Amino acid sequence: MLRFIGRRLLVAIPTLFLVITVAFFMMRAAPGSPFDMDRKLSPEIEANVLAKYGMNKPLPEQYVDYLAGVARGDLGPSLKYRDKTVLDILQQNYPVSLRLGLSAIAIASIVGVSLGVIAALRQNGPADNLVMAVAILGVCIPTFVTAPLLVLGIASKLGWLPTAGWNNGALPNLVLPVTVLALPQIAIISRLTRAGMIEVLHANYIRTARAKGLSETTIVRKHALRAAILPLVSYLGPACAGLITGSLVVEKIFNLPGLGKFFVVSALQRDYTVVMGMVIVYAALILLLNLVADLLYAALDPRVRLA
Amino acid sequence: MSVFVSASGDRADLAAIRGRSLWDDARRRLMANRAAVASMIVLGLLVALAAVGPFLTPFPYDQVNKQDVWVPPLTHGHLLGTDALGRDLLARLLVGLRVSLAIGAVATSVSLAIGVAWGATAGYLGGAVDEVMMRFVDVLYSLPFIFFVILLMVTFGSNIVLIFVAIGAVEWLTMSRIVRGQTLTLKNREFVEAARAAGLGRTAIVARHIVPNLLGPVVVYVTLTIPAVILAESFLSFLGLGVQPPMASLGTLIAGGAQDMELAPWLLVFPSLVMVATLMCFNFIGDGLRDAIDPKDR
Repeated sequence: MLRFIGRRLLVAIPTLFLVITVAFFMMRAAPGSPFDMDRKLSPEIEANVLAKYGMNKPLPEQYVDYLAGVARGDLGPSLKYRDKTVLDILQQNYPVSLRLGLSAIAIASIVGVSLGVIAALRQNGPADNLVMAVAILGVCIPTFVTAPLLVLGIASKLGWLPTAGWNNGALPNLVLPVTVLALPQIAIISRLTRAGMIEVLHANYIRTARAKGLSETTIVRKHALRAAILPLVSYLGPACAGLITGSLVVEKIFNLPGLGKFFVVSALQRDYTVVMGMVIVYAALILLLNLVADLLYAALDPRVRLA
Repeated sequence: MSVFVSASGDRADLAAIRGRSLWDDARRRLMANRAAVASMIVLGLLVALAAVGPFLTPFPYDQVNKQDVWVPPLTHGHLLGTDALGRDLLARLLVGLRVSLAIGAVATSVSLAIGVAWGATAGYLGGAVDEVMMRFVDVLYSLPFIFFVILLMVTFGSNIVLIFVAIGAVEWLTMSRIVRGQTLTLKNREFVEAARAAGLGRTAIVARHIVPNLLGPVVVYVTLTIPAVILAESFLSFLGLGVQPPMASLGTLIAGGAQDMELAPWLLVFPSLVMVATLMCFNFIGDGLRDAIDPKDR
């Protein structure tokens, strides 16, 4: 087990290295520069600015410098936000996205799995049809439709919750953005759970469990669920990474200081170092969560051997 | 004599029983799925509306009407009302639907072409080539979607056709994984061995024997890629990176409607309804196709 984790982490390093390389050269190949202003800089000033950030060197040399920095844990200064380093920006904005994303994933998992199990136990009954109809709707309604509608209804018209803002993560400010983030996930998770449950409930060992007189609740909780959520585990890894690195739509509509918004703005302004920092965080999270998913898989399914 | 008659009768019966191919079976199961059939009809209507509709509306989609700003539906001849510039919503909605469906078609074709070629090549060649090609896919997977799209957009400008291609060029990763997996199971089958024994080249085997046989799961995934692509374009439009005004897509209409929703709710409601209806159709058809082609999960 420890050897498996160790090996996977070792394999992750070259992948991360490739991600950094691809992102670095793609970013630099795009036209424009972080120092493009409305008013053109005079050549002398531009040369000075470039020299300050080491951008007057040839590209391969800058690449090596950057890699050396990353290896030391130094992601460099932001090119747009003066006197802020990339790490400062990540530290400031990451907790917001993390909190939103984790809350959404937690709620979506609990609600989605419960709905999926209920639907599977009453397959083709009215409860099942209702859950599946809601699930289809949840997949089809984009967040930028649900978010304004919820704001209009619950926040503006009824005045129950604040329309926008972070307010240091106070609960009332969290409810609407988390709901908007969780809804499509609930839809997907309930569908995956339902499909898994239906397949598992036909398995021989469930028939055995029934035959020896176990109650339906025990069968579901102790025997069926464990195998049924296997497909869910492999889905949740990347989905989690996507959610906790920030959703730009939700952050934009609710005016939250998360990473997603920063990412788009920085990419548009060619703030190379900030974009690279976020790409690294995202890629590292994907790799890490895939590893966690594999470990969970092995823990849930005794037939899986980690090699 | 009687023996002869019965024998020929048997033969006639045999001729009457036509062989049912896998695709015949699949079509039969698909046609028995009411949600899928209804979705195909609705989608057909939507496509027809998007194709013909813009020619039939009384107002052009980009005509600014200073005296008819924010007219509610069913007034002054505007069936669905007008927006902040007095442009007819019905006309804009039809054009937007056309643009969104076109994006779905073009981007999905691009992702299909790249994904199938990449996955089939990697799967069929195997070994080091497979390792390198799929590692490349892994690396691209680990980059955020929006990163690519923004870079492609700033590199190629916000030309509408390039938006289509850019989205397709990002959406092929899952397709290539599915195709590779299918290719791996197909390439050791007898008919491929037979083709190889008959002296067919590798390109011909992949193109004529592998690809046609992996179309089942690919078709299912295509029907799920189209709505994903339409959504992706909407997100870009929502961020102001997609289709540029006065052109419209469902995404730009919804984004604009969300801004003015308290004054003119119809600007949000109608485009959202069309968008949801379109996406639902694709999802139901995709589900139906999956059940029809791969019936083991029913």
